[in-house]
Amino acid sequence: MTTIQLDNVSRWYRNVVAVNDVSMTIGPGVTGLLGPNGAGKSTLIALMSGFLAPSTGTVTLDGEPLWRNEQVYRKIGLVPEREALFDYLTGRQFVMANAELHGLPDPGAAAQAAIALVEMSDAQDRVISTYSKGMRQRIKMASSLVHEPSVLLLDEPFNGMDPRQRIHLMELLRTMGAEGRTVLFSSHILEEVEQVARQIEVVVAGRHAASGDFGAIRRLMTDRPNRFVLRTSDDRRMASALLVDPSVRGARLRSEGGIELEASDFGRFSEVLPQLAREHGVRLLEVTPTDESLESVFAYLVSA
Amino acid sequence: MSGRTSGPISGTIVRLGIRSVFGRRRGVLLFLLPLVLIGLSVLVRVLVGEDPNAARDTLYGLGLVVIVPLVSLLATTGVLAPEIDDGSISYLLAKPISRHTIVISKLVVAATCVLLFAALPMLVAGLVLMVDEPPLAVGFALGSLVGGLAYCALFALLSVLTRHAVVVGLIYLLIWEGLLGGLLDGVRWLSITRWAGAITQEVPDDITLVEGLGPGYAVAATAVVIVLGTWLTGQRLRAFNLTGDE
Repeated sequence: MTTIQLDNVSRWYRNVVAVNDVSMTIGPGVTGLLGPNGAGKSTLIALMSGFLAPSTGTVTLDGEPLWRNEQVYRKIGLVPEREALFDYLTGRQFVMANAELHGLPDPGAAAQAAIALVEMSDAQDRVISTYSKGMRQRIKMASSLVHEPSVLLLDEPFNGMDPRQRIHLMELLRTMGAEGRTVLFSSHILEEVEQVARQIEVVVAGRHAASGDFGAIRRLMTDRPNRFVLRTSDDRRMASALLVDPSVRGARLRSEGGIELEASDFGRFSEVLPQLAREHGVRLLEVTPTDESLESVFAYLVSA
Repeated sequence: MSGRTSGPISGTIVRLGIRSVFGRRRGVLLFLLPLVLIGLSVLVRVLVGEDPNAARDTLYGLGLVVIVPLVSLLATTGVLAPEIDDGSISYLLAKPISRHTIVISKLVVAATCVLLFAALPMLVAGLVLMVDEPPLAVGFALGSLVGGLAYCALFALLSVLTRHAVVVGLIYLLIWEGLLGGLLDGVRWLSITRWAGAITQEVPDDITLVEGLGPGYAVAATAVVIVLGTWLTGQRLRAFNLTGDE
C-alpha cells in the first residue's frame, strides 16, 4: 500500500501561480487527474514524482519527502508527457538501460517482461526514432514499469494513441490498479478518465476543484445549467411554451432572431424540447449548445 | 563494458553518453579538430623546420588555447546538454542512483574524449614539430589533459545552469580566455588555459608559456575547478525541475 500525500501544496513560478493550496491523497487503485490544458496537472505530477519542489506545503510518499530523495524511485514509475526519448537506441536497448539503472538482478528478463506487457515485442529491435507517437508512448510505459513500481504516474498517457492502443492501455491501468498499485494519470477528457478511474481529482486553474467517485463528478458536470441557441419557425411561440416547463430556467428572444435559453435539467430538456415543438406546431431549425467547452464545464465545477 | 552501476560510475550512463556524443553531427567536429591541429603542425614543420619557438607557439596558441577548450566544450555539452534540453534526462534522474554518479559517469565520457581528441593529438603534434624533444610533446599532452578536465567540469556546470551552454561556453572562451587573457596579465590567476600552460612548462626544459604563475597554484586551482564543478553539477541535478508545457 503506497500513498502519495499533498498537504496545502502551492507552487508558483515568479508571479504565476501554477498550483494553489492543493491537498489530496492518492492511494491504491486508479486515480484520474482531470482538468483543462494549463490547469496545473503536469505541475502536480512533477511535484508527486519529486521533479519539482513545492513553494509551500509538503508532498510525501508513505511519509517520506519526494523532493531531493532519489530512493523514492524504487517505488515510482514515471511516464512524462514530453516526447523526447533516447532516439538513437532501439526500444529494447532503452528499456534494458532503464532496468540496468534500477540495478535489477536480471535486467534482460525484466526488460522483456515490460516490453511484452505493452505489446511492443515485435517492434523492440527498431530504433526509437522510427516509432509512431503511440509506440513511443508504449515504450515509455515499458521503461517505467520495468522495476514493477508500486506507484505509477502518467502525464497525459493517451495522447497520440489510436483507439486500439488506448483500450489496451486502459486495460493495463485497470489491472495495475486492481493489483493494489497506486496509479495516477492526467487527462483533459472526462470520458477517458471515467473509463479507467473510479476516483477522480479535478483541477482547474491550479485549484483542486472537485474530488470523488466518477459518478458524483459526472453528475456535477451534467447537472449544471446548459445554454443553447434555438432557431425555430416561430421563436416567440416556442419560447413561451418552453418557459412553462420546469427544465427551463430562462429564455430570451434575440434581436437577430432565435432564442437564447438556459436549461437547468439537461436530461428532461432534451426530451421535452421536441415534444413541445410538435405540440405547438413549431419547426426546430437549429439547436446549438453555446457553452459545451470543457473550460465552461470546469468553470462551473469551480463555482459549485 | 558492464551495464551495472558500481561505485561512482555507471556503465550504463557511460555507454549512453558515448552514443549521445557520437550519435550527433556535432560529434564529427571532435574528429576534425585534432586533424586540424596535426595538419597545421605538419605544415609548420615543413615550412619552418624543427624550431622550438614555432613549436611552442603552435602547440600553445592553437592547441592549448583553441583545440583543448573546444574539444572539452563539444564533448561535455554533447553528453549533457541535449538530454537536459529535451527533458530525456528525466529517464536517468527517475532512478535510485546518486546524481553525482550520473555527473561523474558523464564526465568520464567527456574526459575520455579530451584524452583521445586533445591530449593524444597534442602529443602527436608535439612530436611532429620537435621530434628530438619528446618532453615538450609530453608536457603539452599533460597540460591538455589537466586543462581539458577542468574545462569539462566547468562546462558540465554550465550545461545544468543554462540551456544555452554551448553559446555561453563559446563566449566565455572568446572573451575571458581569449581576449582578456591576452590583454590583462591578472587574468592568469583565473584562467584554466594559463593554469594548463603553467603545468605544461614544468615538463620540458627552458620553455616559458605563462609568467608569474607557480605550478603549485596551477595544480591546486585546476583541482578546485574539477572537484567543485563536478560537485555543484550533481547538486544542481538533484534539484532538476521537470515540468510539462503548462
